[in-house]
Amino acid sequence: MITQLSAGFFENLGKILSSKSFMLLILKGLKTTVIVSVGAAAVGLVLGTLVALIGLQPKNKVWAAPKIVCGVYTTVIRGTPMALQLFIMAFVIFAIRGFPQELTAILAFGINSGAYVSENIRAGILSVDRGQTEASRALGLSTGYTLARIVIPQGMKNVIPAIGNELVALVKETSIVSMIGMFDLTMAANIIGSGQHLANYAAPMVVIALFYLAIVYAITLCIKLIERRLRKSEKK
Amino acid sequence: MKRNNAQKEKFLKTEQTPVEPFDPEALIEVQHLTKYFGELKVLDDISKKIYAGEKIAVIGPSGSGKSTFLRCLNVLEDPTDGYVFFEGNNLCNLKVDINVQRRRMGMVFQHFNLFPNMTVLKNITLAPVHTALAELKKQKRGRAGMKFKNLFKSKKNKQPIPALQTDKKSIVREAENNALRLLKRIGLEDKAGVYPSTLSGGQRQRIAIIRALAMNPKVMLFDEPTSALDPEMVGEVLQLIKELADEGMTMVIVTHEMNFARGVATSVLFMDGGRIVEQGPPESIFTKPENERLKDFLSKVL
Repeated sequence: MITQLSAGFFENLGKILSSKSFMLLILKGLKTTVIVSVGAAAVGLVLGTLVALIGLQPKNKVWAAPKIVCGVYTTVIRGTPMALQLFIMAFVIFAIRGFPQELTAILAFGINSGAYVSENIRAGILSVDRGQTEASRALGLSTGYTLARIVIPQGMKNVIPAIGNELVALVKETSIVSMIGMFDLTMAANIIGSGQHLANYAAPMVVIALFYLAIVYAITLCIKLIERRLRKSEKK
Repeated sequence: MKRNNAQKEKFLKTEQTPVEPFDPEALIEVQHLTKYFGELKVLDDISKKIYAGEKIAVIGPSGSGKSTFLRCLNVLEDPTDGYVFFEGNNLCNLKVDINVQRRRMGMVFQHFNLFPNMTVLKNITLAPVHTALAELKKQKRGRAGMKFKNLFKSKKNKQPIPALQTDKKSIVREAENNALRLLKRIGLEDKAGVYPSTLSGGQRQRIAIIRALAMNPKVMLFDEPTSALDPEMVGEVLQLIKELADEGMTMVIVTHEMNFARGVATSVLFMDGGRIVEQGPPESIFTKPENERLKDFLSKVL
């Protein structure tokens, strides 16, 4: 590491930032990372909400089967490594020639993220005081309307930080798509640093790290903003 | 609150044929109400008729089933056995739309349960506006159906389509005016736009009461309305409840305020161990108690 750093680190940094071809490689990687992250986040949020709502249904004949399916889903997904899930997705389920790799990755990460999001959302809904539901029901409002107007808006406040956490983790986790040969930010760093180009990994890795950091920081800021708006009613 | 499966099946199967006919005079009639929490028997075969205009105070030691009894009256707790009738509707029957029935029964909770994510005004108008809008939607759907049928009829046979009585804006305006009128009554009209977290306990409870009143209920159920309040705020809430009582509102109050029960109630129920042990006008309950348990209870609280 010492040799890598000492061997003209700033020189290499300058090369990466000034060279058009290197920047194009990085932008290409950034594009993949963003596409996979955004797609997976969307899939994960929708899937997670559905699974959470199913998990909150009463135990009866109608909901027995869906509840079991959801239980198995969260257990299996949370109990196996993400990289393994990605490999199964890419090399087993969608091992079809010409199948878009982005879609494979979006599905793999979305399904993974959905399992975590569902637990967050379930916890958020359960965190709302039972008295709120009771008061609403005692006013003659239906179960669905109570959930939509009373419980979910209050639960959201508690869910948002956890969801933000999940989004941040998701963005960083997408770096393993390079393992199925996709060209994302991490892959870009690898290629720029390889013998064909710079023959030095230190500078490209640091640049890419800054890119990830910027994305994550932007997400954190957004989440804080949303949280502040949702907490408006708590201000004295 | 959710009906569990066994109960659901039981109620659907038996098609609700109570053994005893209900009393048409009674506003609420409870027949052989029994409630279990798991293995624990909380209510034991309670029967009681509540007539319009009565003010019933329910007293008793903690764990005696007072609150559960009250919550069974609007089926927030499902009775394990027995029936609850409200204006002749069997609330235990799943075919009866419980939401429609609950709109005529106001309920006030110990912990106020105002919605913290809405302003005071919104808290009060939420349910009336939603109910009226649902009604409007139903009317519109009915009109659309009639219009559709008219397409296939000759000119002579066409049904006249009734005009809509109201629209969304006027519903909202009406509900808001009503809410402001109620707020003015309790002297909190300047608090209409604030969130409940800024209010004191007494203010919150009074707003919870007028939130229930905004639905024009036939009966008000109070579940220990002053137990969570600072002592100096108890008076203002009791004052409001007393005013309502004087206006002739039917009410059932679970309370630990014995003097209040004595002053306002027309009838006092003393509950212990899930049963109504003694009931009668407040004078006889408080001055000439017969039951040993009641004597013991009164000697401790008075």
